[in-house]
Amino acid sequence: MSLVVDGVWKGFATRTGTQWVLRDVSLTIEAGQFIALIGHSGCGKSTLLGALGGLVPIDAGRIVLDGNEVRSPGPDRAVVFQRYSLLPRLSLARNVAVAVRSSRRDWPKTKVDEAVERTLRAVGLWEHRDKKPHQVSGGMQQRCAVARAFAVEPRVLLLDEPFGALDALTRARLQALLVDLWSSESDTEMVVMVTHGIDEAVLLADRVVVMSGPSGPSIIDVIEIDIPRPRDRVTISDDPAFRTAQARLLDLLERDLNWEVA
Amino acid sequence: MSSPAGLIIAEPELTDPRGAVDATLPDSTHAAAPPLLRQDPGRFLTVLRSVAIGMVGVVLFGTAWAAVSARSGQLPGPVQTLSTLVELLTQAFDTNGPAGQGIGLQLRDSLVRVLKGFLLATVIGVPVGFAMGLIPTMHRMWNPIVQIFRPVSPLAWFPIWLTIMVKADPAAVLVIFVSAVWPTILNTAAGADSVPVDQLEVARVFRFSWVTRLREVVIPHALPSIVTGLRLSMGVAWMVIVAAEMLSAASGIGFYVWQSYNGPGLAHVISAVLVIGVVGLLLDLGFQALGRRVAHVGARS
Repeated sequence: MSLVVDGVWKGFATRTGTQWVLRDVSLTIEAGQFIALIGHSGCGKSTLLGALGGLVPIDAGRIVLDGNEVRSPGPDRAVVFQRYSLLPRLSLARNVAVAVRSSRRDWPKTKVDEAVERTLRAVGLWEHRDKKPHQVSGGMQQRCAVARAFAVEPRVLLLDEPFGALDALTRARLQALLVDLWSSESDTEMVVMVTHGIDEAVLLADRVVVMSGPSGPSIIDVIEIDIPRPRDRVTISDDPAFRTAQARLLDLLERDLNWEVA
Repeated sequence: MSSPAGLIIAEPELTDPRGAVDATLPDSTHAAAPPLLRQDPGRFLTVLRSVAIGMVGVVLFGTAWAAVSARSGQLPGPVQTLSTLVELLTQAFDTNGPAGQGIGLQLRDSLVRVLKGFLLATVIGVPVGFAMGLIPTMHRMWNPIVQIFRPVSPLAWFPIWLTIMVKADPAAVLVIFVSAVWPTILNTAAGADSVPVDQLEVARVFRFSWVTRLREVVIPHALPSIVTGLRLSMGVAWMVIVAAEMLSAASGIGFYVWQSYNGPGLAHVISAVLVIGVVGLLLDLGFQALGRRVAHVGARS
């Protein structure tokens, strides 16, 4: 069970020619892994995530999930977007229900209802299920988006800077919630998360993929985070492995900054 | 299977909740009384004031009107017009008056024509608008036609429709249709075309069917634009009906204006103009209220 990215290229046409955002990207993600994609804006991390989700067509290479090539969105992969991805006129429960019904058309109604209730309870929104997105806070909206993603029971969970728009305390709670859901509640095997937070990447991930642009290789390094779980966000900063990874990532990203400020 | 994982947030430890924290806070029983708030003038006074200011405008307009009227000698003044208007309204539903049937019955005939043309425009305009907004090929196919016909005065269509329909009444309805269909098409298309990318991506990720995408994503997002289009369409239709009925009709408010001009005189014409304005305002207020009901919630999209 693995997600294999093999020699993927993706370019966008510009006035000065094609700009290659993904340059020969190869990466293998094994079951049970939490991967963080990190890099400065424009490095292609969100493009890579979109390609994994089947939302962005790639120009060359292959993305293979358990022997099946990924070309379009599928029920084995769910995405949590940065924000505002709930449908504004539907209640929280309906937001989840419509997604589950559409994604899992073969599920009977009872199973759909059960998935909606189980995930909304897990993120603590069952009492608020009849509220519209604008009636709840940004953190609650994002919790609903996380519930929606888990409700379709994906093999791979893709997160595109899911907590970037939230305040620090809410973000911390959602990070913990995410790991909790992933480890105990679900059959989801892999998580791939785009982030620009070094601490978030080290705290959550097993491997951090550092990306760069717009020249040279897309992936400049992959850092293994060898800190045993469960991880405690308060005491983890004392862990030498945390500090080492943090310093290494900071160094890589600092050195990669020159192209962006040009 | 996922690895055994977990993340713990340490709760802040409170050894003595009434200890260190309370000492630094002022005792709640000795809190100062809140300062008096500035007096709200009250809803009644606010309304009264805006009505009074509106009345000032009416009086200024009436004065200017009276001045022009006094100089020309032909134009009836506000007082004379007002008494004519009251007279017309008391006989609004008479079947036989100085300009045919009463003004209420004329209004009814006009409203029926406008409603027919408007409904036809809605039934055709909304689906065409969705098609143009959602399918680029449809947009390319129909946009030139829309852009060419849209700026044409709907009255230019009158002889064409009269030839096709033979009778004046259906021709007038079709003129209303032609006048009302463009704002509906264009605003529906704009609404369907402007669904936020995030929402469309959600529809793709969770593999919404075509129907689900339309029902749960596109239509809810386009609804305010559609209502705006309908409101503009109704506004144009109400303007055009008067002209269409002046051209050729045996009843209606436009016919009434023309008959009054040829018969009882300008005081009747001006009274009719005022009535037309008030009815148009009421129609617009109705669509405004509908627009508020479907307006987007929250600050986004």
